[in-house]
Amino acid sequence: MALAPKSYRTPLGRARGMGSAHHGVGHFIGQRASAVALLFLLLWGVWSALKLAPVGYDGAVAWLHSPIHTALLVLLLAAGFYHVRIGAQVIIEDYLHTPLVKAASLLLNTFVCYGAFVLAALSVLKVAFSVSGAA
Amino acid sequence: MADVKADTGAPALRPRPLSPHLQVWRWHITMATSILHRVTGCALYVGALVLTGWAVSLASGPDAYAAYTGLLGSILGKLVMIGFTLCVFFHMANGVRHLVWDIGKGFLPKTAEFSAVVAFAFAAVATAVVWAIALLTGSV
Repeated sequence: MALAPKSYRTPLGRARGMGSAHHGVGHFIGQRASAVALLFLLLWGVWSALKLAPVGYDGAVAWLHSPIHTALLVLLLAAGFYHVRIGAQVIIEDYLHTPLVKAASLLLNTFVCYGAFVLAALSVLKVAFSVSGAA
Repeated sequence: MADVKADTGAPALRPRPLSPHLQVWRWHITMATSILHRVTGCALYVGALVLTGWAVSLASGPDAYAAYTGLLGSILGKLVMIGFTLCVFFHMANGVRHLVWDIGKGFLPKTAEFSAVVAFAFAAVATAVVWAIALLTGSV
């Protein structure tokens, strides 16, 4: 038995694996980096929504044929779903403590965010790469 | 240490003291902004899915797009969109407060209360401006 333990965690605690996953700092920084990105992307998004609302289907398709609009919209979706995923993860970890419910909720959160991001981004790219007038 | 009975499985003799719960706290504005940051964040999760629906409807053709934007443009749809606008601008303003706190500034109670009022005011004014523009440009 070592006289000076390397850690204050008990052997049981270590075996159960309930300690830090060492992902916290990455999430902390990522949440804030995406927040700064979203500050600009959302202002652009609201402004774009105002432009798109009156112009209908043809206007929206023509708007997405600009590569800058396509890029910004995909970035908005990426930063948005990233921010929303880790934000919801914090809430799940705060309020759901039953192991199975918590694990299922975290998994569902990840699936929904990645799934919706891929669906939205591919839809945007499909319209962006469509031939004008034939979309 | 003779009276430590942690591993006997016996129930505790008296209830353990609890930290103060929601009911015993007077509502104050910084508390409201904190709770609303989570609430609006959850609403914007749904908002991101509504945006996904918009992209899918656009990729699905003119009929699907007309149906989806018709849904968003209905009375109920507009109310929801006004709600999302409020959520975006409140979460944005309150998020900036969080970024300022992250660099260690703005923690004095008076400063925090003032910035909370600013966050609410920004959300209300920005939402009003956006919908006024929508009204003037014929979007609504």
